[in-house]
Order: sequence, then structure tokens, then C-alpha cells
Amino acid sequence: MLKKTVLNAAHRALGARMVDFGGWDMPVNYGSQIEEHHAVRRDCGMFDVSHMCPIDIAGPAARAFLARLVANDVAKLRAPGKALYACMLNPSGGVVDDLIIYFLAEGRFRVVVNAGTADKDIRWMHDRLAEWKLDLAITPRRDLAMIAVQGPNARAKVWQVLPETEAATRELKPFFAVEAGDYFIASTGYTGEDGYEIMLPTERAEALWAALHAAGVAPCGLGARDTLRLEAGMNLYGQDMDENISPLDAGLAWTVSLDGDRDFVGRAALVATGQQRGFLGLVLLDKGVLRSHQTVLTAWGEGEITSGSFSPTLQQSIALARLPRGVAVGDEVHVLIRDKRLKAKVVKPVFARHGKALV
Amino acid sequence: MSLVPADLKYTASHEWLRLEADGTVTVGITDHAQEALGDLVYIELPEVGAHFAADKELAVVESVKAAADVYAPLSGTVTAVNQDAADAPESVNRDAYAAWLFKMKPDNAADFAGLLEPAAYQASADA
Repeated sequence: MLKKTVLNAAHRALGARMVDFGGWDMPVNYGSQIEEHHAVRRDCGMFDVSHMCPIDIAGPAARAFLARLVANDVAKLRAPGKALYACMLNPSGGVVDDLIIYFLAEGRFRVVVNAGTADKDIRWMHDRLAEWKLDLAITPRRDLAMIAVQGPNARAKVWQVLPETEAATRELKPFFAVEAGDYFIASTGYTGEDGYEIMLPTERAEALWAALHAAGVAPCGLGARDTLRLEAGMNLYGQDMDENISPLDAGLAWTVSLDGDRDFVGRAALVATGQQRGFLGLVLLDKGVLRSHQTVLTAWGEGEITSGSFSPTLQQSIALARLPRGVAVGDEVHVLIRDKRLKAKVVKPVFARHGKALV
Repeated sequence: MSLVPADLKYTASHEWLRLEADGTVTVGITDHAQEALGDLVYIELPEVGAHFAADKELAVVESVKAAADVYAPLSGTVTAVNQDAADAPESVNRDAYAAWLFKMKPDNAADFAGLLEPAAYQASADA
């Protein structure tokens, strides 16, 4: 039995094509994935991301718990509302999940984890809590829905529909969150565009979704969400990294803080193993479409595509790939597609953001 | 609800076929197939003159989200390909029955009669 978000009926009423995504019945598109993609790059689109799970970590030891739980350092979270992207690692240095931590007030944090890994993550957190015997509560918030409104006009559309939140969010810098009445509004996202991720009580979600739609915000499915995040060079858990992949081999070294002697899970393994592989972008020069698991042939040996698709912004195929150390931006490599060797160029793994192509 | 024109034949793997006056068959993918795949972005067509046995992969259609093989609906030789469709894959999304992919000369003209009727295809696509 697939799980449903509170907006399931709304998606079906809009003619969405539904798919099983990590055990959830979710919209992949409402017609054209490419049009939805362009709506977000050029104007404004909205995504139901209520399948993702907010988890409140509250108590005197909340900060100490998170400092040991994830590879990024919550000491960076000083300003109330600040958000931090981090990986939760196992002792071997593999990624249990990637998540965003919002710092609300001392002793009060909110973590948002992926849908398909939420149950595992919650168990993992409880196990660590039992091991470390700290004073805090872990509370999954399935009573909240989440709608991401993204695109150059996203903020204006949200203010039009929720004018009571404008004062609280007008000065919100990127990667911050604020609580405005019943709404938790964060300037985070997974598209490379401006916008908000809005958490709210599930019983208010349908009304907000309908109001945004009436204001001209395009409903967008998980298909467009995937091509948007790929163009923005953002990793997808389960594809670009998983429990057997170190963040250092997934282009996520920037999220690993080895400063000081903070003893987080996985630290010893990361230090002992170091970075083994590079993680870069590919742009296909020949005709075809790059897909995950395709083999990349380089002067330094073989690599593998972890995420690949057609980029609606660039109008050519792009990919994220795990490559041998030594392969550099600007190199030309080959990708094996159905036994053919197609030419691709190695680029920095950020293809398009803020409406513009970057390669 | 996807379109299943009454004057065509079909395969369970979502190809449609039209028998032409010269004995060749024109082949494309069905409306159901284009809808399931989503926005098409790449089409790889066979070589004219190539021979394929029935059910062999002979073309590839790729959407933003997935690649799908197109199978030879019957044994025969490719006599023409629609380069316009390969140059504008979205034309298949717009009208899957206008944007044909290739034409074949069947080895055995009688094979055409064994393909699925519209009602049978509709039933298999809905299953």
C-alpha cells in the first residue's frame, strides 16, 4: 500500500501522472515535465514535498547530539533560523542520509530527511540517542505538509497568497528559515532558484496549494524536480551517494567539517580513507542521453555516471559522474551508451542556476 | 485516456502499424507509450536497408526520464526512416500517429494479420 500525502487528491484532480517514489504515491508530472522545468527557471513552480519528513530535535543536548550525528558542524548554526546541509554517516563513512538542519533556538532544531529513508533515519537517531544517553526528544512531524515554491517569482507569489508572512520573510537571506504563525518558511530548495519551502499543518495544505495554483504558480512533479536539481548540481540520495559511498567521493567534501577534534560518526573512517574518487559534471557532445550507471572511459581509467538526464535549459544531455582522480574539468571523455562510445566534456558539476546556463 | 485509432494494428510492446498500398508497413509508438514516457528528447532510428527479425530491438526513444527500446513488430527490412521525428522528438508527444518512426517491408505479408486489433491493444495497455 503506497503512502499518500495530504495533497494526493489535488494532484489527481490536476491530471498528474502518479508514480511510486520511495513507497509514496507521488506526481511525476502534470503533463509536460519540460514545461514544468522551464516554469521554475523562468517564472514560478510548486512541488508537493510532504513525503519528506521533518523531525524536531529538542532538548538541552540537541546541539551536542547533532554535533556527533552529522559530518557538517552545527557550530556553524549561531544565527536563529540558519540552515545547514549535512550528511549523516555510518561508522564506515558511508552516507546514511543527507539532510537539512534548521536552527530555531538553542535546544530546538528541525531536521528534514528524505522520504524513502525517513524510517531508517529515525531508527538511526534513536539508536544513537540510546547509545549516547543525551537529554533530548526526537519527534517526527508527520502532522506537517511541505510545499516548495521555487523560481524567480516565487517569493512574490507566496507574499500574494500569504500576505501575513511577508513581513517575516522579506529580509530572509538564502538558507534561513523563520516561523510565521502556523507557517515554517525556509529560503531553501532543490532547484537552483530562489524560493521558499513552506511547512504547515496538513489540514491547511490543500488551501495553500489551491491558492498558489489560482495565483498562477505551475504545479510541478518529481520529474522536473529531478532535472532542476541535476542542472543545479545537487546530489540525490540513493543515486549519487548511499551507505557505501563516502561524502568525499560524492562531491560533498564541502559538507564535511574536520576542524577541531569533534567526534562525529564516520570521522575516523573518512580520515583514514580520504578521497578516493573525483565527482564532476559531464556534458554530452554527441547525440544521446546520459543515464545513471553508464560507464565513463577516461585516460585515468573507468568512471560511472551517478545521475544523468536531458537538460531542458542547456538542450543537451548532462550528468554527474564518479570519476578516477586525475580527470579534470575541460577533459574530453567517452561514455558507453548501448555499446557506442559517445564524446562528453568534463565540467564543474553546476550546469544551470538562477535561470542561466553555467557551462 | 490515450488514443487507439481503429484503422491501425498494434503490438503489446506499444508500437502501431499501418499497412500501405505498396505492401510496406509504417511503424510508430502509440499514444499510450508517449504518454507513459513523457517528454521525448532523443530518438535513435535504424539504418535503411537493415533487416530485423520480429521482436528485435531496432530503435530507441528516450524521454527526459527514461529510455525505451522500440521492437521490430514483424520480420522485415527497413525501407525508410522519419528523420523529421528524430530531429524533433517532441513531435511524437504532439501526435504519436502522425510522427511515424520507420517503414518496413515484411518478409511475410501474412504476418500483419497476426498483430493486435485496436480493442485487444487497448485491453493489454490498460492491464
